[in-house]
Amino acid sequence: MSTIYPRRKATNGIMMVLCGVAAVIGLAWLALILGALLYKGLAGINLAVFTQMTPPPGEAGGLLNAIAGSLVITIIAVVIGTPIGILAGTYMAEYGRFSKLTTVVRFINDILLSAPSIVVGLFVYELVVRPMGHFSAFAGAFALAILVIPVVVRTTEDMLNLVPNALREAGTAIGAPRWIVIRSVAYRAALSGIVTGILLSIARISGETAPLLFTALNNQFWSSNLNAPMASLPVTIFQFALSPYEEWQQLAWTGALLITLTVLALSILARSLTGRREDR
Amino acid sequence: MNNMVSLDKVAPQNISDKAKIEIKNLNFYYGESKALKNISLQLPERSVTAFIGPSGCGKSTLLRVLNRIYELYPKQRAEGEVLVDGKNILDRSQDLNLLRTKVGMVFQKPTPFPMSIYDNISFGIKLYENLSKSEMDERVEAALRRAALWNEVKDKLNASGLSLSGGQQQRLCIARTVAVKPEIILLDEPASALDPLSTAKIEELIDELRADYTIVIVTHNMQQAARVSRQTAFMYLGELVEFDETAKIFTSPQEKRTQDYVTGRFG
Repeated sequence: MSTIYPRRKATNGIMMVLCGVAAVIGLAWLALILGALLYKGLAGINLAVFTQMTPPPGEAGGLLNAIAGSLVITIIAVVIGTPIGILAGTYMAEYGRFSKLTTVVRFINDILLSAPSIVVGLFVYELVVRPMGHFSAFAGAFALAILVIPVVVRTTEDMLNLVPNALREAGTAIGAPRWIVIRSVAYRAALSGIVTGILLSIARISGETAPLLFTALNNQFWSSNLNAPMASLPVTIFQFALSPYEEWQQLAWTGALLITLTVLALSILARSLTGRREDR
Repeated sequence: MNNMVSLDKVAPQNISDKAKIEIKNLNFYYGESKALKNISLQLPERSVTAFIGPSGCGKSTLLRVLNRIYELYPKQRAEGEVLVDGKNILDRSQDLNLLRTKVGMVFQKPTPFPMSIYDNISFGIKLYENLSKSEMDERVEAALRRAALWNEVKDKLNASGLSLSGGQQQRLCIARTVAVKPEIILLDEPASALDPLSTAKIEELIDELRADYTIVIVTHNMQQAARVSRQTAFMYLGELVEFDETAKIFTSPQEKRTQDYVTGRFG
């Protein structure tokens, strides 16, 4: 007793310090990255960033075409990927809950979820870019849509599975056909979770560079043609950061800061949505 | 064999009213395991019937056959006949959604839909009827009054159904069931998740509803069965042991197993 207790107390103290140090180290890197981004990025924030096109080397300019391109490509990707993801997730959690197909789809979806995005880019390059003969914004959006789908499938299925079966039985017991139970009861109960999944998928694709490199490519100028190469923030950052020109490097930092802030905002929004659900 | 003998005895003797539900040689399976063994009984119209028995005896399973809610799950199947108004509802041609508008169900845990109190009631009505706003308002009010909930919620019909207390939620579920004008109401341990006061309210409500509906209630609580039902079926290990007037089941049961259960010797 007299020797065991002090030793346990000491072990506890040591473990606590080790865990604390590990947590601080983990957080420190994030803080350093954010600090560097803010320090380097904020220096370049001005109105021109949002109003001027990407400049030729050695000149001042902005990121307008890249920001607009990213928005367009992301929106198209979400518009294509979200319905497919939600419908697939609905099949898995509702109609096909007990079927073998669901197990197979879930397994494949998990692989897709962690597939390197450059593989997706190559796939779309072969499937869309080569047959069409040129890079295009549409190909880029298509590649990003493939990244959206598994995220949305996964969250939709998980969130629908959290809806208690009692609620489905109650809907069924009142004489509602299956699809009305899903639409009016299950979706409603899982809504904030499903929306969170969509937000997280946007956060995931908004920083993707690899799938856009050989699909949407890049564009020095303003373009609203979906059938032509289009600029995007990640690819512009990639190109500008590797360049020897100081103006370009500054714009790369600023662009990186913009993406990070967007992802941060999406994550906070997603968290507040799920948080509200738990409060209820 | 013992089962067959007891079956003869359990034919309802003093219950002569018109049968609303007639269960004939019903067997039920969860996959390979048999949960109901050759059940036959008749439930009279506009009257409360209680199913009692220890956990796992099949009383809830039997209830879930009556609106075929078990069909939500694969590998669950019923064999035999269940006649409602003389029509076999186990028949493949039976439309399940229509069956469930006729045979309503209230569950053990209150299950308000994630929507307003008003919408919780109108949800079921809207499925099968096209009503104007004022007609719908009337129906919603009537249903809430019927479930003795109107006075408590009339000022907050747009509040979420989830904001109500457990007992209120359960009465909301009863209101929701009554709103679609069923003929039969199935209650699956409707008060077991509620406090004694809320339980008393639910039981009062059952008492008021029995004039208009055929009510079947599954309960763990023998006093509750004695209080609310006119006839009681005692089930054990998937068999119907005895079915008779409630007073008889609790005072002079024919079967020893019933006697042992209602006097608290097992279960």
